[in-house]
Amino acid sequence: MTLPRTQKTSRAPGERPAGDPPAGRSRPRRTSPLLGYLLRRLGTSVLLLLGVTIVTFALTNLVPGNPVAAALGEGAASNPETVAAYVKRYGLDQPLPVQYLTYLGNLLQGDLGRSLATGRPVTTDLATAIPATLEIAVLTIIVSLLVATVLGTVAAYRRGMVTDQVVRVVSLVGLSLPTFWLALVSFNFFFLQLRVVPGSGRLTATLTPPPTVTGLFTVDFLLNGDGVGFVDALAHLTLPVFVLSLFTVGLLTRFIRTSVLEVLGSDYVRAARAKGLSPMRIVFDYVLRGASLPILTIVGIAFGALLSGTVLVESVFAWPGLGTYAYNAARNLDLPGIMGVGLVVGFIYLGLNFIVDLLYGLLDPRVRLA
Amino acid sequence: MTATAARPSNSRGPRVRAPRGGRLRLPAVWRTPLAIVGAVIALAWVVVAFTAPLWVPYPPDAQMLPRLLPPGTDGAILGTDALGRDLFSRLMSGAGVTIPLSLMLVAASVVIGTVIGASAGYFGKWVDEVLMRITDLFMAFPTVILAMVVAASLGPSLFNAVIAAIVVSWPQYARVTRSLVLGLRGQNYVIAGRLLGHSPLRSLLADIAPNITGPVVVLAALDIGSAILLLSGLSFLGLGAQPPTAEWGSMISSALQNFDAWWIGLFPGLAILTVVMAFNFIGDSLRDALDPSSRTERAASGVVAAPKTEDEALKGTGASA
Amino acid sequence: MSALTITDLNVDLGRPVVRGLSLTLEPGKIQGLAGESGSGKTVTSLAVLGLLPRTARVTGSIRVGETEIIGLRTGALNRVRGRRVAMVFQDPSASLHPQLTVGHQLTDHVRTHMKLDRKAAKAHALELLERVRVPDPEAALGRYPHQFSGGQRQRVAIAIALACDPDVLLADEPTTALDVTVQAGILRLIRDLADERRLAVLLVTHDLGVLSAIADDIAVMRQGVIVESATRAELFINPQHAYTRELLSAMPGSPYEEAPRVD
Repeated sequence: MTLPRTQKTSRAPGERPAGDPPAGRSRPRRTSPLLGYLLRRLGTSVLLLLGVTIVTFALTNLVPGNPVAAALGEGAASNPETVAAYVKRYGLDQPLPVQYLTYLGNLLQGDLGRSLATGRPVTTDLATAIPATLEIAVLTIIVSLLVATVLGTVAAYRRGMVTDQVVRVVSLVGLSLPTFWLALVSFNFFFLQLRVVPGSGRLTATLTPPPTVTGLFTVDFLLNGDGVGFVDALAHLTLPVFVLSLFTVGLLTRFIRTSVLEVLGSDYVRAARAKGLSPMRIVFDYVLRGASLPILTIVGIAFGALLSGTVLVESVFAWPGLGTYAYNAARNLDLPGIMGVGLVVGFIYLGLNFIVDLLYGLLDPRVRLA
Repeated sequence: MTATAARPSNSRGPRVRAPRGGRLRLPAVWRTPLAIVGAVIALAWVVVAFTAPLWVPYPPDAQMLPRLLPPGTDGAILGTDALGRDLFSRLMSGAGVTIPLSLMLVAASVVIGTVIGASAGYFGKWVDEVLMRITDLFMAFPTVILAMVVAASLGPSLFNAVIAAIVVSWPQYARVTRSLVLGLRGQNYVIAGRLLGHSPLRSLLADIAPNITGPVVVLAALDIGSAILLLSGLSFLGLGAQPPTAEWGSMISSALQNFDAWWIGLFPGLAILTVVMAFNFIGDSLRDALDPSSRTERAASGVVAAPKTEDEALKGTGASA
Repeated sequence: MSALTITDLNVDLGRPVVRGLSLTLEPGKIQGLAGESGSGKTVTSLAVLGLLPRTARVTGSIRVGETEIIGLRTGALNRVRGRRVAMVFQDPSASLHPQLTVGHQLTDHVRTHMKLDRKAAKAHALELLERVRVPDPEAALGRYPHQFSGGQRQRVAIAIALACDPDVLLADEPTTALDVTVQAGILRLIRDLADERRLAVLLVTHDLGVLSAIADDIAVMRQGVIVESATRAELFINPQHAYTRELLSAMPGSPYEEAPRVD
């Protein structure tokens, strides 16, 4: 949730070749450079994935206190038989490396333990929560990226003028918003007072959820040709997306402004002007294309901040996603539940960064074609 | 650049200038409206944080008023909560919890991060490899998520929340410091120092440290806001301050149980917003002063500099000045 | 009639950068503009295209054919830019967009200015690439700038500049960023194009060596003022101004070069 200064200073996992190798330097030719690049990125991702499991494993096992009690809850932990069975199942009487391998084996089989709060396997709980959260996150990213691109580009073009100052203050204020508070206040105002948005949850109680295809209600309703359901699902998304967008727009705008400024100062934009292209043409074809790579990097980072945001915001809207689940788990000290969320979000984040790398390769011919 | 020369700001950041016109002038950074607003608000909150116990009308934990009083009634300026505690007193006392802890945790993160980053950058090779892979690991999670997991494992308490926040905050300093040190290590004056027989420590402290302070200070200034958001967020999740501590995040959380009493949640959030905003204003102004590429020309100062697009044109004209 | 007439040009970018500059470009002639960096020569060429910052104060007259450039609005300027006056920049690896194919960059302004459809624009682009001697033009259209060598990239940039058949070509240090071995080729290309297309060229450079090779007339600029203007032969044989002699003495092999010191 830090303000990214430049892509050099705060960067999501893995170093992308974002230094933008100057096109002038010739590089040695390799066979299918994109594939090689992706394989390297994939390797890094897998290593980090393992790292993520090591972190969660270490946290569950090395922290002060009794991990068995933490995993089973105080009630069950007072029963010696349950404890013995648990210890045996997870190999807790074995040395740590063996324990880790057991842990990893269980993870691979999708066993994240049993939630103390819901009593169900964590995996089952998360399976329904993940799409709910992704629906908010994806929509928020799309909305914020559009808004921030317009704001950031306008600010860059109007550099130093009033518009630029206003955009700067707006984005700084957006970054300073405690999202969980904004969620509460806007829920109070727009739902309880004005009644302009529907209340909590993903859907009005009288409607039945669409048949699951993607798990994203809006998409599933559309696939099912159900207009009423789609509108209702979208209406429920409005407020959470609005709240999270304010923060994300703040994060993205400053960065996009800087990237666009950099591109505006480049020779190729001046050359495009010298060619007599129309200003609109130059913005879309030259400027935004040139800024797309750094923007992509920051979108990856923003997505991480967004996942953090959903954890704090969802519970206010009783949105049945990872955030509400994490909130309840944290409130009940449901350690398996919390670890499950941590692990899953870590995986999602890594997956997303891999996608960002992939897009990076596709957008930059210097990576794609070497 | 012509424009730079004409502008009073100094790209090396804060520095007290010589008195001019008989008055001591503040460094350029602190003369921008944004920085002034930020500094005033931040200063006010810091004063509140340290003096609140002396002047708040009620002890923050005292349940001595009617419950759920709306603001302005019976001498409770901001009303009372579900336990009949004076919200104004709790709000002001809350500053004393969040602000000092956030400042401390940022300071700790800076120390840990810069030491690790500097070691990695300076010694290179396997030291670098090991330290940076560890750093990568911590950056593989979104911050709040990792902090949540760590805080939950350690057990819910304000102290543990601070530890968790440090755990997620230091890696960015390590990254930045490492890349700066890597850049500086090859500079001639550093090499010259080493040839003169300076020890690695002396080389780091005397030759390299002065040049990484600027960027690290900017990062830290911007990070204070994040730290406050993180800490209050963890308390909102119930993993930070425990009842009855008056803490902004947990106060907002308690408002979830009383949706009708809008005032319970509104004011603590405004408190967080204003403090974080103040530090972000300061941080952003510092960054502006330090990093010419993100500098925003102050329209108010009357110096309208050329857009960056034309820097090239100006560059060609600057040399003959 | 002159292709480009600059009369009493003054440019102020917070302080005067170009002062009272007058220059005339004739079709088929190469006018050199020499001077050290900061002398205002690049600003002059940018002024011709109206590419100076909005804050710049520009007075005097710049006429392209009959059209007065100074004071022109963007829309009208864009009918001159690229079409009647084109520009080649110093570093082709920076002046070509790294994420757009050569074909795209070679045709987008052609389609705007000359109202050609995609197919006609492509055929036109092929012709141009052949003319500037980029090998395998068909394949080159689909390639990105980083896949070319520096010299070829500058040839592509020249092709882009020529695409709408302009009357005036502004070349700002077109060989400075290139390897010495390919500089001569680029200069020869510019000379040939000037001759065969009756192109009026303004060749801006700090390097008198470049001008000695291909310029017809040379103006020497210093601190925003033209200190000397003459034909190439006159300037090299009989420089009038002290500053010109200074520049000439900096050229290797020049009679004005200071005698090497013998230790």
